[in-house]
Amino acid sequence: MSTVLYDNPGPRARRVNRIVGLVAVLLLAVGLFWTIRLLSQNGQLEGDLWEPFVTPRYMELLWVALVETLKAAVFAIAGAVVFGVIFGVGKLSDHRWIRWPAWLVVEFFRAVPLLMLIIFIWTLYGLQLDKSFQSLVIGLILYNGSVLAEVFRAGINALPKGQAEAAYALGMRKYQVMTSVLLPQAVKIMLPSIISQCIVALKDTSLGYTILAPGLTTEMKSFWLTFQNQLPATLVLLMLYLVVNLCLEVLARWAEKKFSGGRKLNVTAVGVLGETEDEIAAGRVRATHANTGSSHGGT
Amino acid sequence: MDALTENWDLILSGFGWTLRLLGASAVIALVVGTIIAVFRVSPVPVLRSIAAVYVTLFRNSPLLVLMLITFFGLPQIGITFNNDIFIKTVVTMGLYTAAFVAESLRSGINGIPLGQAEAARSLGFGFGQTMTQVVLPQAFRNVVPPLASVLIALTKNTSIAMAFGSLELTFRSKQLLNEYATDRIIIFIAIATCYIVIVEVISFGAAMLERRWRVER
Repeated sequence: MSTVLYDNPGPRARRVNRIVGLVAVLLLAVGLFWTIRLLSQNGQLEGDLWEPFVTPRYMELLWVALVETLKAAVFAIAGAVVFGVIFGVGKLSDHRWIRWPAWLVVEFFRAVPLLMLIIFIWTLYGLQLDKSFQSLVIGLILYNGSVLAEVFRAGINALPKGQAEAAYALGMRKYQVMTSVLLPQAVKIMLPSIISQCIVALKDTSLGYTILAPGLTTEMKSFWLTFQNQLPATLVLLMLYLVVNLCLEVLARWAEKKFSGGRKLNVTAVGVLGETEDEIAAGRVRATHANTGSSHGGT
Repeated sequence: MDALTENWDLILSGFGWTLRLLGASAVIALVVGTIIAVFRVSPVPVLRSIAAVYVTLFRNSPLLVLMLITFFGLPQIGITFNNDIFIKTVVTMGLYTAAFVAESLRSGINGIPLGQAEAARSLGFGFGQTMTQVVLPQAFRNVVPPLASVLIALTKNTSIAMAFGSLELTFRSKQLLNEYATDRIIIFIAIATCYIVIVEVISFGAAMLERRWRVER
């Protein structure tokens, strides 16, 4: 194994590395021991604090809440893909009066905190409890849709110019070029980014907690209010989110390998466009040798 | 418009809160993120896996859930951070964002072609010279745009602090939206503009840095 940072270690370097590794393992072990001691000293390992999470009656409640959360994420992504296609294509339009509003909408929703957006939508609904789920989903659609619009635009721009030119030369219309030549090819490159965005959307469903939208996080609150098991409840909540997200990440990796040959779309952050816009427009897709995996840096 | 003219001081103090949260979390994120990134590219396998686990865990956790753990879970085992809301928030956001910082730094370093270091060594550069003259200057330049997006994401994430007692911009927006039912859209746009200003400053700064460090390749 060789990197820019150091040569292959010789015998002395290997010895040093082994010692450093050993020290790190020791420190980890001490940390683990200390954590367990802290947990047991404060009575957090008592069975009745954890019992609700293995009791069928309560597990069913959790399952219902998990389904609610997944539902929010699925609705959000489905809506976001539609929103993203419309505004992504809008940003590529030849007409200024379509391109600019599309640009404005996309940039605005990417720059505004999602939580503030969700709360705003909920106040428009008059803070009604039964509208909190809709508010969450609409907020997620607007935010993730704007991110996906950027992904779609970059994906279409990443295709070789010849594709569109050939299609025009065959006498296709703009609409046909987009729907039967560009989009089908671009979807392949975009798939990993779309799956990464699913992870972001799923993570953001937890924001529903602040507007009492039905879902895992809100449900967990009633758990810890009932059983006074704040630490176990929040840890189980984290585990549930981690399991689902890690599954999605594996899926994203697989899609990246299978459909886009390890290439990754280079979607710049909000506002950072100015400089790199031309590069994206020129259809440059940065292939990251580092294979950083899916970069769901959104939130 | 009254909502804004009567309450500009509230909005301003919210802006200050947001900036303080952003600044302090950013410092923690950059420091911890750099350490994790160094672990991630170090020659010691154990450190590499520790860093990999850290990054995977934090990147896949919802920030709000981490905040719940810090604010409701950890006090149960006596970790209270002196009951200081600000410190709790900033530590959680800093550790969360550190995972993203580490990833950006790592890909920046790994993005440098192997040949650069090899060429430097064949010219007789030592390790220190190779790093300071050849590898790191290029790595920094690679890292500016992704780091800027991490900071922008952090800016937006500070809004989550409103659910945990911070009186920052989003908290103020909620407060004003409830008080002034007729001016909702103006309030929303005004406070959104505050966020957009921060985002634009960060991206402008990043663009400046990038231009300054740009070299023809």
